[in-house]
Amino acid sequence: MSDKLAEKIKIKSAKRMRDIMTTYYLDAMTAGQNNKQVAWITSGGPVEPLVAMDIIPIYPENHGAMIGASKMGEDLCIKAENMGYSSDLCSYARTDISCSVVKGGPIGGLPKPDMLICCNNICGTVLKWYEVQARFYNVPLFILDTPICHTRYSSEIARYVRAQIDEYIVFLETITKRKFDYDKMARVGKLAYESQLLWQKVLNTTAHKPSPMSAFDAFFFLALIVTLRGTQIAVDFYKDLLEEMEQRIKDGISMVPDEKYRLLWDNLPVWYRLKWLSQKFSDHNACLVADTYTSAWCGAIKYTDENHFLDSMAEAYTRIYLNIGVDQMADQVLDMIKFYDADGFLMHSNRSCKPYSFGQMDIMKIVREKADIPVLMIEADMVDPRSFSQSQVETRIDAFMEIIKQRSS
Amino acid sequence: MIYAGIDIGSSTAKAALIKDNRLLATHVIPTGYNPLNAGIAVFEALLEKVTISKTDIAAIVSTGYGRASINFADKAMTEIICHGTGTHFMNPDIRGIIDVGGQDSKSILLDKNGQVENFAMNDKCAAGTGRFIEVMANALEVRLDQLGDFSLRADKASKISSICTVFAESEVISMIAGLQKRENIIAGIHESAAARVAILAFKVKIKEPVMMTGGVAKNKGMVAALEKRLGFKLIVGDFAQENGAIGAAVLASRL
Repeated sequence: MSDKLAEKIKIKSAKRMRDIMTTYYLDAMTAGQNNKQVAWITSGGPVEPLVAMDIIPIYPENHGAMIGASKMGEDLCIKAENMGYSSDLCSYARTDISCSVVKGGPIGGLPKPDMLICCNNICGTVLKWYEVQARFYNVPLFILDTPICHTRYSSEIARYVRAQIDEYIVFLETITKRKFDYDKMARVGKLAYESQLLWQKVLNTTAHKPSPMSAFDAFFFLALIVTLRGTQIAVDFYKDLLEEMEQRIKDGISMVPDEKYRLLWDNLPVWYRLKWLSQKFSDHNACLVADTYTSAWCGAIKYTDENHFLDSMAEAYTRIYLNIGVDQMADQVLDMIKFYDADGFLMHSNRSCKPYSFGQMDIMKIVREKADIPVLMIEADMVDPRSFSQSQVETRIDAFMEIIKQRSS
Repeated sequence: MIYAGIDIGSSTAKAALIKDNRLLATHVIPTGYNPLNAGIAVFEALLEKVTISKTDIAAIVSTGYGRASINFADKAMTEIICHGTGTHFMNPDIRGIIDVGGQDSKSILLDKNGQVENFAMNDKCAAGTGRFIEVMANALEVRLDQLGDFSLRADKASKISSICTVFAESEVISMIAGLQKRENIIAGIHESAAARVAILAFKVKIKEPVMMTGGVAKNKGMVAALEKRLGFKLIVGDFAQENGAIGAAVLASRL
């Protein structure tokens, strides 16, 4: 690709997002000096009450992604294994635990937490992982338990989770020794709702042919909807990003210069191989137009009532993609295949993420039958490169693309 | 017009020539250390065999793990498409392929036009590949081409329970120490590998008739073990090992 073309297809908002993320981490690092508290929270955890309480949320999983992308995962995973943790444990958990001890990683470790907020809507590993960290930092831990909704959100689940939201608020009031500001919470809720709507609209722009961005860009731009959801910063940023995408569509700028094939990705990214994978697909004139991962931060928006945020939050946080039944997950995948007009479905069987990888075989079967498009499963890990075998993955992707090309010719 | 296919596998390099839509000749050599050198050597030896010069070759397609190293090929394609094409070329009735090579085993489902409908490959583990059998043959001091005859003389197959190649090798060594019959151990090795390969065939819901390709298809004991496990007969052609190279040559003719 020529430098001129590379410059043309570059997404301009990327620089601004890097600046916002740098400021965010600097604020968190200096929180103590500014009399602010820091809470570590799981990626699917309800962050809005923290924002309403002026507590800085920090996401060890976002940090894990940074570790993976900066190719520091292997070393930190080995350090955790040397501490006695199993190599079968999630690589986000392993790198976070070892990073706390050795202060390693791309930013020299995360700012020390004043409290931990753990929601098990994404997995069960987080319970033990956060318990380990609560002991290590000697800080209070709040656990929000969201039962899996295999088929429906029952009234029992509704009452159970809603009651915990109140306990969560009491927990925050006790630790901060401040009263919870319900008016501010309502404002934060509206901003969270708005930013999720905007994020969904950004993701929707890739339905256009050719796609103005790829899932590899979404993996990057996801950081704000995770970390700064509920703030004006996130709303403003996604408004501008949406505008940029719409302008790209008008100007005919696509992320893959000669897009011929459109693919859907499942599971977390392979963080340490983003560039290689993106090049690989681009060489086949294929664009990963969408994925089940980045849409998880706006997928439950239909359950959110922006005017009664606290009340609807219980349902929205319980019914996220990883906490529903396999049939419902497959339905979402089928909807996405249709909406984005995907020619193939690529599943990452992620050694680390058990709840995401469990059920993939069934989803694969359902998609093959109902969507009649080629489906490929590759084995890897989101952060630990020892679970990635390049020549094996390469042959599978090349063969998968040959089949897609054969079918379309 | 003459077209060439070159298949650089993890243990052997294969080359094939197609002329007027018919198979002209094939050649096989060990891959060795350098895939490009192996590609040049197998290609030149094949041309010499039929006294054809390089300039007579209209197009070349490379395949196999070393496919990207063959810088004189017009195009590189994966083994999956090449095996599908090669099989359909040799026998258009075939709907399923079981290919067991050096470090990969795969199962491929073809439609009636010879296009790949679906495929499954072994995961990162080498159990159920040619390498697994090779490691065991070394431990038993039996040449690869003798394995088939040995296993057909077994009175019962020894049970190898470990899936891991390294652990299975220790198991075999302790069987040798326990004075189990070599024939029985070899039959056990074939059954263990066949069980792994059969999973791939079941995964794609393989349809008969099924052809077995790849170097391991030359091992009668392994074919018998697979047939027993699958419950149907496998077709093994004379050019099972060269099938990928033949497919590559056919694809070269379509460039």
